[in-house]
Amino acid sequence: MTTPIPLELSANGAAHTLAVDPRRSLADVLRRDLGLTGTTVGCETGVCGSCTVLVNGEPVRSCLMLAAQADGTAVETVESLAENDPTSGRLNPLQRSFKENFALQCGFCTPGFLMLGTALLRKEPTADRARITECVAANLCRCTGYAAIVDAVEAATRTGDAFGPEDQEQEGADA
Amino acid sequence: MKPPPFAYHRPDTAEEAVQLLTEYGPDARVLAGGQSLLPLLNRRLVRPIALVDVARLAALRGTGRQDGALRVGALTTHAALERTADPHVRDGLPVLPETARLIGHLPVRVRGTVGGSLAHADPAAEWCLLAVLLDADLDVLGPEGQRTIPAAEFFTGAHRTALAPGDLLTGVRFPRPAATAAVAEYGPQRGSLPLVAAGAEIVLGPDGRIAATRIALGGVEDRPVRSGTAEQALLGGVPEPRLLDHAARLAAKDLDPRADHRAPAGYRRDLARTLTGRTLAASLARSTARLQEATAP
Repeated sequence: MTTPIPLELSANGAAHTLAVDPRRSLADVLRRDLGLTGTTVGCETGVCGSCTVLVNGEPVRSCLMLAAQADGTAVETVESLAENDPTSGRLNPLQRSFKENFALQCGFCTPGFLMLGTALLRKEPTADRARITECVAANLCRCTGYAAIVDAVEAATRTGDAFGPEDQEQEGADA
Repeated sequence: MKPPPFAYHRPDTAEEAVQLLTEYGPDARVLAGGQSLLPLLNRRLVRPIALVDVARLAALRGTGRQDGALRVGALTTHAALERTADPHVRDGLPVLPETARLIGHLPVRVRGTVGGSLAHADPAAEWCLLAVLLDADLDVLGPEGQRTIPAAEFFTGAHRTALAPGDLLTGVRFPRPAATAAVAEYGPQRGSLPLVAAGAEIVLGPDGRIAATRIALGGVEDRPVRSGTAEQALLGGVPEPRLLDHAARLAAKDLDPRADHRAPAGYRRDLARTLTGRTLAASLARSTARLQEATAP
């Protein structure tokens, strides 16, 4: 009844060809088939946002997207952040800002917030505090009370750093 | 949880999609953006035997003019409307991008579609409210071919529509510009569906009196409702705050609000009055500005 679906996607720049059970989420395929366990899965009902990844540059809840729906897309996960910035040690400026501003405690929600922040900073590198607050309201954090997360993203707007592919193809972003 | 098993199809044409939906019958579901369906699947609240993923039907995406109406393809995402540069939307129906911004959070707006929201028919959903407020026509492709269902007949109850098995909602047409229409909503949490949403349009005549008006409320009853008595009360009147307040009171009085774990009936009625007042005021401000523009030398 459930024939595997052929799936081609790029994850953090690497092309993958897979065959997946249609009921599997993008989150599960990223974690289990591709070993990208940085994306954490919280509620699996689209409430918490911890599984947020970028699909064609847009933030998406990977538990609310079947892997089959990601066919032909470019996916970016939290693993892509540090590697994009090999010159300054392990962490990229947004990750460093999270650390310096105490924007995480248990860290479970952090990958989702980092990807939300990455998407925002690429589009609006000088986003103000109100915009940042509106953006991070998409995700839940039960430790920090959010203020530190907003501080961290706001501090990252002042570093003048770029946060990844600027001219990325947006095709299919409108699914 | 994980969804129960289902067959998955990704047709390339709307006709093919309808054929699949017809073959599977009532146990198949259309998958558009998945922002309502996937939470239901993951919680196993629905167990379709097949999903028909319509993402490849490019013709169902985007906005355009059709015989004076604005057509919004069913697969147009909330984010696409929020960011649209289409002048017919920006100038003729600015309420569409404004409303899109109210829906969920960005990750949901990026995936969720107008058609998916209309077909899901949540009583509090913003697109359902706007469709009823602006007398939209919903285009449906079914086993018997194309047909059009007026919004007033499309919503038949909470999560119930006039769509039959085999039907695919292909788009929604807003028959005319409504540049002064406005929407106001309230819910305890931004990003969740509102408890109550109100939409209104006031058009002022050259004499400054109310020449045309519409009021609709969502989240109160099992589907969005127009408020005929309140509209009648406004028609021909001088748009003073007292008259608007009177209309808002009438709109709330007419309702038969539902009560649930989110809010008692009386609270929904109070919200309906307040939000109707706000949205009438917002629409009036727009209408006044347009009138002043038109009469400026």
